[in-house]
Amino acid sequence: MKSAVLSFVVGFIFAVGLGISGMTQPTKVVGFLDLFGDWDPSLMFVMVGAIGVHFVSFRFIRKLPTPLVEKQWHLPSKTELTPSLIIGAVLFGMGWALGGYCPGPAVSSLGSLDPRPFYFVLSMLAGMVIFKGVNGLFKFNR
Amino acid sequence: MIHIDWVYALVGGAIIGLSVSLMLLWNGRVTGISGIIGGALSYSVGDFAWRVLFVLGLVSGGLALSFFHPVMFTGTLDTSTWTLVAAGLLVGFGTSLGSGCTSGHGVCGISRLSPRSLVATIVFMVAGIASVVAFRALGVFS
Repeated sequence: MKSAVLSFVVGFIFAVGLGISGMTQPTKVVGFLDLFGDWDPSLMFVMVGAIGVHFVSFRFIRKLPTPLVEKQWHLPSKTELTPSLIIGAVLFGMGWALGGYCPGPAVSSLGSLDPRPFYFVLSMLAGMVIFKGVNGLFKFNR
Repeated sequence: MIHIDWVYALVGGAIIGLSVSLMLLWNGRVTGISGIIGGALSYSVGDFAWRVLFVLGLVSGGLALSFFHPVMFTGTLDTSTWTLVAAGLLVGFGTSLGSGCTSGHGVCGISRLSPRSLVATIVFMVAGIASVVAFRALGVFS
């Protein structure tokens, strides 16, 4: 239960970072992806800041035998490049450009009580459920 | 010339990097928003509470920000509700098929030097950039 409470803390801090960074403003996201138009490079620095911190911290944290609260590591182990990975990333990129939201900023924007993130998040959940249904039939992932 | 938005983006990004580092340090987990939400949709005992609390933390962070600094949630796109629904479906389906989004692949995966995440991030960035060009040509964005 302690780990679940700490997840809440992580989610809260994550949302604060997203808000400060500009990721919760869809027009900024589209401006960042508009490389061949009126490009706004600012969101590139979100990646620089986030990876800059985590690239270093990851190496220190992974030296620990276990995490501090959970008893074991839960890290992804897959290494192969699959058609699912590529096609999924293409579809995600299209949706990100169309809505100006990726999952984190969309969910934290629910806190603004604007109806637009609600429409986006509800349909994102629907997209995930549809995937589960389709994947159950064809097993093209996992 | 350094723009003030770049500084906010860098600081916000560093806070995101801090939050994903805390998730790894405490719970030994990758902070991939789409994966956390997708996992909650296929309920299993003992692997549910932390996911829901993370999402609640994300929304609470957004709620706090919108109370103190509502400007962070401005800049919504001037598109129809159905456009948002299409975007949400693409993001939900695509991130499930591609096993991750901006946080899981872009921040956590690249920091781990995961080849899958490096490829996925390049693909969704390129797809996003190409989509903005296409959506402009099609008149989706005014």
